[in-house]
Amino acid sequence: MTPMLEVAALEKRFGDTTVLRNINLKVGRGELVFVIGPSGSGKSTMLRCCNRLEEPTSGSILIDGKNIMNALSKNLNTLRLQTGMVFQGFHLYPHMSVVRNVMLAQTLAMKRGKAEAKARAMDMLDRVGLAHKADAMPTELSGGQQQRVAIARALALDPKVMLFDEPTSALDPELVGSVLKVMKDLKAQGMTMLVVSHEMGFAREAADRVVFMDGGVVVEQGPPEAIFGNPQHERTRAFLSRVSSH
Amino acid sequence: MDRFLDTFFAPQVFARYLPEVLAAVWTTLWLGIVVIVAGIALGLLLACLRAARRWWLTLPIVIFADMLRALPPLVLILLIYFGLPGLGITLSGPLVLILVLTAVLAAFAEEIFWAGLTALPKGQWEAGRATGLSFTQVLVRIALPQAVRMGIPSLVNRSLAITKMTALGSVIGVKEILAVSSSAQAVSGSATPLTLAAIAYLAIFLPAVVLARWLERRFTWKV
Repeated sequence: MTPMLEVAALEKRFGDTTVLRNINLKVGRGELVFVIGPSGSGKSTMLRCCNRLEEPTSGSILIDGKNIMNALSKNLNTLRLQTGMVFQGFHLYPHMSVVRNVMLAQTLAMKRGKAEAKARAMDMLDRVGLAHKADAMPTELSGGQQQRVAIARALALDPKVMLFDEPTSALDPELVGSVLKVMKDLKAQGMTMLVVSHEMGFAREAADRVVFMDGGVVVEQGPPEAIFGNPQHERTRAFLSRVSSH
Repeated sequence: MDRFLDTFFAPQVFARYLPEVLAAVWTTLWLGIVVIVAGIALGLLLACLRAARRWWLTLPIVIFADMLRALPPLVLILLIYFGLPGLGITLSGPLVLILVLTAVLAAFAEEIFWAGLTALPKGQWEAGRATGLSFTQVLVRIALPQAVRMGIPSLVNRSLAITKMTALGSVIGVKEILAVSSSAQAVSGSATPLTLAAIAYLAIFLPAVVLARWLERRFTWKV
């Protein structure tokens, strides 16, 4: 079966610096793949290439078997509906209520009617446990709640893949759990997910595969027990010991 | 004391020129409203065009905004009113006043909207684009509403300032408050018409300032 997301021979250069070199990775249907690595390793850039927020220099990105690198800018907007993205900084729209945040792209990009978009938004907010906050403004919510609304906003577009860019890094420690729980629920419901994160405990517990990146390349990848229990590369070992010493 | 009252508040002069000044209040008001609406609309349009980040759009917009913010409006008014007839183009006083003040307000408004757009966190654009919205949709539905709210205090100040500049019309024969009252002053030899003008400006601008405060409160939100 074709993987839901496939990154092949991906390269990204900014001027003279190469930040991603020959990245290859696959995320199967319903899989949760975790990307770890030191800051500056290119993992966020790689993730942002998957919906072309960052324009790859070369290589291909296949979503459900279709290469999105061939799309012209107009079709790109439609293609982006297939990938839901969750950012480190949430980026809810502060001038709209929670429910309107979740409705906006449904009505504009998917051309759903208002009633349908609202029903769908309420469903998604319910899924992240925040239906009771539908009419609140984003700034009235805690960071963890804002991030869950951001997840609902992405889910409402029925994406094939969810991309998480350090979803818990900006959160107070006591709020991290609520976001991870939503992600675990998503996995249980069969969502395909690619996650860049430092939550090693969560990776161990929930990931199907872990990809370790350093210096713009994939150093190694494998099941979590292999990566965490028996890393093959010196760089992986060095990174993991640095992280676990915290 | 009597002399003071006689100079600034002579009752018969007051009564004699009140109707003319009231008519002039109306002129100032409609000039101000036309300039504010047209200037802000044009400024908004220019800021949107500049947001497209094409150099051949940005360059003329920046030149326009910088020139009009640098030049005293009176210079432009005189130049156009007295200069253009030399080229066979004669524009009426009110039209020249509207054109110049609209352009000046547009220049400031463009900069205010642009400042709001650039102050917006990049993540707002990315969140919009990542959910499949086009550039225009993000601009209109996400970026502009926030930029406008950020700009409201400055826009209000600029709008009040530009409305007061309708007094410059007095040098090119526009029958607004200052022109009418200063010619009344010349004819009557009393400063009372000018007092009348000051009262008229207060009558217009005090409510406007109160309205402005309300607008600012209404359109800001906690961050």
